[in-house]
Amino acid sequence: MAVFFQQIINGLSLGSIYALIALGYTMVYGIIQLINFAHGDIMMAGAYIAFFVVVYLKLNIWWAFIISMIGSALLGVIIERVAYKPLRNATRLAPLITAIGMSLFLENGGLMVLGTDIRSYPGGLITNAQLPLTLFGIRLTATTLQLLILAITIVMMIILQYIVHYTRAGKAMRAVSYDADAARLMGINVDNTISLTFALGSAFAAVAGILLGLYYNNIQPLMGIMPGLKAFVAAVIGGIGLIPGAMVGGFALGIFETMVSGYWSSNLRDPIVFLLLILILLVKPAGLLGKNNTEKV
Amino acid sequence: MIEVRFNKKNLIVLAGVILIYFLVYGLQAVGVISAFQEINLMMLGINIILAVSLNLIVGFTGQLALGHAGFMAVGAYVAAILTTNLNQPFPVALLAGAFSAAVAGIIIGLPTLRLRGDYLAIATLGFGEIIRGAANNINYIGGAAGMIGIPQLTNWTWLYVMMVLTILVITNFINSTHGRACVAIRENEIAAETMGINTTYYKVLAFAMGAFFAGIAGALYAHYFYLIQPNTFTFFRSFDILVMVVFGGLGSITGSIIAAAGITFVNAALQDLAVLRMVIYAVLLIIIMVFRPQGLMGNKEFTLDRWLKKRGAVSGPTGN
Repeated sequence: MAVFFQQIINGLSLGSIYALIALGYTMVYGIIQLINFAHGDIMMAGAYIAFFVVVYLKLNIWWAFIISMIGSALLGVIIERVAYKPLRNATRLAPLITAIGMSLFLENGGLMVLGTDIRSYPGGLITNAQLPLTLFGIRLTATTLQLLILAITIVMMIILQYIVHYTRAGKAMRAVSYDADAARLMGINVDNTISLTFALGSAFAAVAGILLGLYYNNIQPLMGIMPGLKAFVAAVIGGIGLIPGAMVGGFALGIFETMVSGYWSSNLRDPIVFLLLILILLVKPAGLLGKNNTEKV
Repeated sequence: MIEVRFNKKNLIVLAGVILIYFLVYGLQAVGVISAFQEINLMMLGINIILAVSLNLIVGFTGQLALGHAGFMAVGAYVAAILTTNLNQPFPVALLAGAFSAAVAGIIIGLPTLRLRGDYLAIATLGFGEIIRGAANNINYIGGAAGMIGIPQLTNWTWLYVMMVLTILVITNFINSTHGRACVAIRENEIAAETMGINTTYYKVLAFAMGAFFAGIAGALYAHYFYLIQPNTFTFFRSFDILVMVVFGGLGSITGSIIAAAGITFVNAALQDLAVLRMVIYAVLLIIIMVFRPQGLMGNKEFTLDRWLKKRGAVSGPTGN
């Protein structure tokens, strides 16, 4: 049982990070039905912005979070304006291709500018102590970093829920995702609302990027690819377009993944995650929290 | 069943196809084509097969699939096992690779094709990753190191014949009743079903056919480059093929061919620039897509009819 609970703790940290990335995916998908393949790379950019803030501006980690969130939000909005907005009325596949293009651009631009070196955040940014934990008489260990990741994720999710459900901007976002044309007729500035969605999603990705960098103690220009893909899987498992779905999917995927590595083999982790995805889609095609809409003629 | 029309147009195309074959064959025999050019020539052919076969799934049937590299991997590995480990002749391996990929297409297609749009995209992307992950973990096929020492059996003749065959079969398929059914599904699945089209059957059929030719491309690839690794078939590879299809125009075979040629050429031309190559490639991709979202050809074909019509030589309908 010790292994089980220990993997739950590890899974919660990883799942938090997936959930934060998945939120950005799902919000963007909810509002313009686009799989934003560049999302994982925005996360990478966020991790690097924080790195430079900490190393060259010598500010503390909290400033790094704030500046990185602002920087990534800007990046997200720029990407949306340059690559997706001109294609709003084109076929659905066209923005998907520019999203892939943006993803390749950020990855390879990152490799060109930052090099292939793996960097890590300087030590002592946060106190990372082992916390002995006893649960049902079983001794487990969690680190303060793991708690911090979970805490930040929960706070971010509460903030997001507040924005989406209790602010005018959030109401606009919900309206646009429900019916963009009707929202426009009601006087909602659809373009700005979409940009805001990208800004929010990208800021969340930045937080996820920093947490991922702290958790694995390394950052590199291609760090966004796999977590980005996994987070998308998480969003789909939860029900894409649904904010609670991204949270549930993220945690579920994180825990499942650590369980597979813990009990079985870490080599088989990725294929099994994708197998799980396909199985879930077969049983519940709209994801765990999604409603199966019957198509009407 | 097959109506062979020896009209002027078909004869010109046939002559062109044969001429290109002997032209390249001759150049190769004389030694004008350098090793680097030959590699790109092979890549060109393989990319055309991949793009045309994916166009059948994405462009004509309207099913967004992101796992084409997975089918290519199945074909490559099965064919490589047959020639390298089991000493079978190349044609057998080629066919076996293609059929295995088609079977994989049916296995993945039957359950997932009832998913729509982006769910299908992520399910097929997942399938590609499962194949790659499996290849990474099977020691018989070399695991992550891949298979080395595959005999180099792919030559210009094999490549060209397979390429022409792919284009021929898929073009004829699209112009048949079955192909029309696929296009109907793309245009409106519910309406197609109401008209009595068995949508599942045709979607799986298109999927299996696309996978079949992707398998051929994989087998050709494996037997040209001696070496295949699971990382040759990442989802970036699937993206690459999708880019060619969208770039050329969804539902345009000639568009796919032109785009595959263009992208192979750009890749080759920028070869020396290392990472910068991918940056330029990405920027080009975004710019071209933003300014021409319907792709180079839209859903139209480059036909001799139209070309001749400009000179007032041919009358009659021009297809689209």
